[in-house]
Amino acid sequence: MSNNSRPYLFVIAILLALFGFYNYVVYNTDGYVAVEKLSPAAVNGQQLFQSNRCWSCHQLYGSGGYLGPDLTNIYSAEGKGPNYIKAFLNSGVKSMPQFNFSEEEKDALVEYLKRVDETGIYPNYDAEIEATGWVKIKYKNEK
Amino acid sequence: MKSKAPIYFLLFAMTALFLGMFFGMTASFQYLMPEFLKENIPFSKLRPFHVTSVISWIVLCATGSIYFFLTYVEKFKLFSPLLVKIHFIIFLLTGVAIYFSFAFDYTEGREYFAFAPVLMVPILIGWVLFGINYFKTIYKNVKGWPVYYWMWGTGIVFMCYHLMEAHFWLFDFFRLNFIKDFSVQWKSTGSFTGSWNMLVYGISIYLMSKIKKDSNVATNKVAFFFYFLGLTNLMFGWAHHTYLLPTQPWIRYVAYGISMTEWIVLTSIIYNWKRSVLKVEKENHPMAYRFLLATDLWIFINIILALLFSIPAINFFTHGTHITVAHSMGTTIGINTTILFSALFFIVHQLYPNFETDRKWVKRGFVSFTISLFIFFVSLIIAGAKRSYWMYVSKDGSFSEMQDALIPYYISFFIFGIAIFVSLSIVAFPLFKAFLQKIKP
Repeated sequence: MSNNSRPYLFVIAILLALFGFYNYVVYNTDGYVAVEKLSPAAVNGQQLFQSNRCWSCHQLYGSGGYLGPDLTNIYSAEGKGPNYIKAFLNSGVKSMPQFNFSEEEKDALVEYLKRVDETGIYPNYDAEIEATGWVKIKYKNEK
Repeated sequence: MKSKAPIYFLLFAMTALFLGMFFGMTASFQYLMPEFLKENIPFSKLRPFHVTSVISWIVLCATGSIYFFLTYVEKFKLFSPLLVKIHFIIFLLTGVAIYFSFAFDYTEGREYFAFAPVLMVPILIGWVLFGINYFKTIYKNVKGWPVYYWMWGTGIVFMCYHLMEAHFWLFDFFRLNFIKDFSVQWKSTGSFTGSWNMLVYGISIYLMSKIKKDSNVATNKVAFFFYFLGLTNLMFGWAHHTYLLPTQPWIRYVAYGISMTEWIVLTSIIYNWKRSVLKVEKENHPMAYRFLLATDLWIFINIILALLFSIPAINFFTHGTHITVAHSMGTTIGINTTILFSALFFIVHQLYPNFETDRKWVKRGFVSFTISLFIFFVSLIIAGAKRSYWMYVSKDGSFSEMQDALIPYYISFFIFGIAIFVSLSIVAFPLFKAFLQKIKP
């Protein structure tokens, strides 16, 4: 094996430098829509969402499981909302096991889903599909 | 005497595959009978078992294969055989701890890493040990690395980075800002997959060069061009997972642009179709050859699918549907698993030169696996298309009514999932037995 590695090392070095800069910018960039930071209650709700593996069945922004519905806008959806969410949590349905959340825990989960809801829309029915293949998504509270 | 640690890794990997398929089958049954075991072992409990086990299969088999190639085929003296043993013991104990963590609901983590986050520490230590041993060994023994050494090295380094990145949510700087946190989560998991792909695709190039007895496969400029293209996609292409998340548009523009470079890969596959596969010398490695042939087919199918849904206008309709699942099954089973089985057959031939790999039942298992996977994949594509129709076109009926309408496809998915399980078990059994024989004192 006698190929010269120097040019390859040079390419790797350039890519790594770009990657470092790119990560720095991504990590320091907020979302397109200005939203409040998660409150302590919402963080608690997020932790419950993780510890109870809600993501196994449910999705946020279309990412997660496929056994249950997407929950991105469950908080503000017509006919749904906080009471609907709380009712589901401890009653269980066909494929959803019955949880035994305390009132405080239910409030925390609702708070988390409220904050998620404020960040955007999914499915984004009013998005514009452009001829270039690009999709211009509609943002929350955008006229 | 050569270290047996690589064989231990392979046996551990095959056990993880068997368990992963078993958990997957049990979980998929709950799509058909949601009440089945719901209160005792709900789907939400089975899914982490399934996901972690199958990811472990890929990662452990890749690790074991790389250790094997370095020590048994290239006959390099490892920098430290002791580190390999420690690496194995750490992964074994962590694997057991992860199963306990799932069984007793210590699942504070997130999708793909649902276990207690503290368990990421030994996993990272294991990867660092692997990295030290790998780079020290290669640096000492090889001048002018073929592309697979670069790919394995890259895979190890990026694996360490993205495993850490997947846990950035533990810091408030990320966690309190939902959009940033969510994008970094999917950035890390996307690139985590890219990292193990570096290990596995490196193995496929290694096998091609060894089976063809042509080192040019791994040293020519085109091979390096595709390596750098893959690396660029690993670094910057992740945001096609989050096109619909309201991140800054430039993040999504970059991902769209980078993802589209994969058309070059597709063009190259079509152009080199015959040259790349059919010239492989198959006499000595009939099953390794067959699995690589299957890999080529699945790469072709999956790259078309991936390219299509990397276009935001198409992704808009496919994201969040079973089409995404079809893609991940197509890549993890169709591409990663076929490459790894090819490696296992190559390895068994190195250990036992007279080992008959293409036995009647193994060949039958391979054929049945390929057909079952295809039907499994198509079932998911159809289920995804129907779900997308429900979401964006008919917008009619509740979620559970839509799920009920998908039951015929879930039945097909379940039955052919069992067929994949049985077929792969038939193929794997003689290999497992042979490896087991090798570690007997």
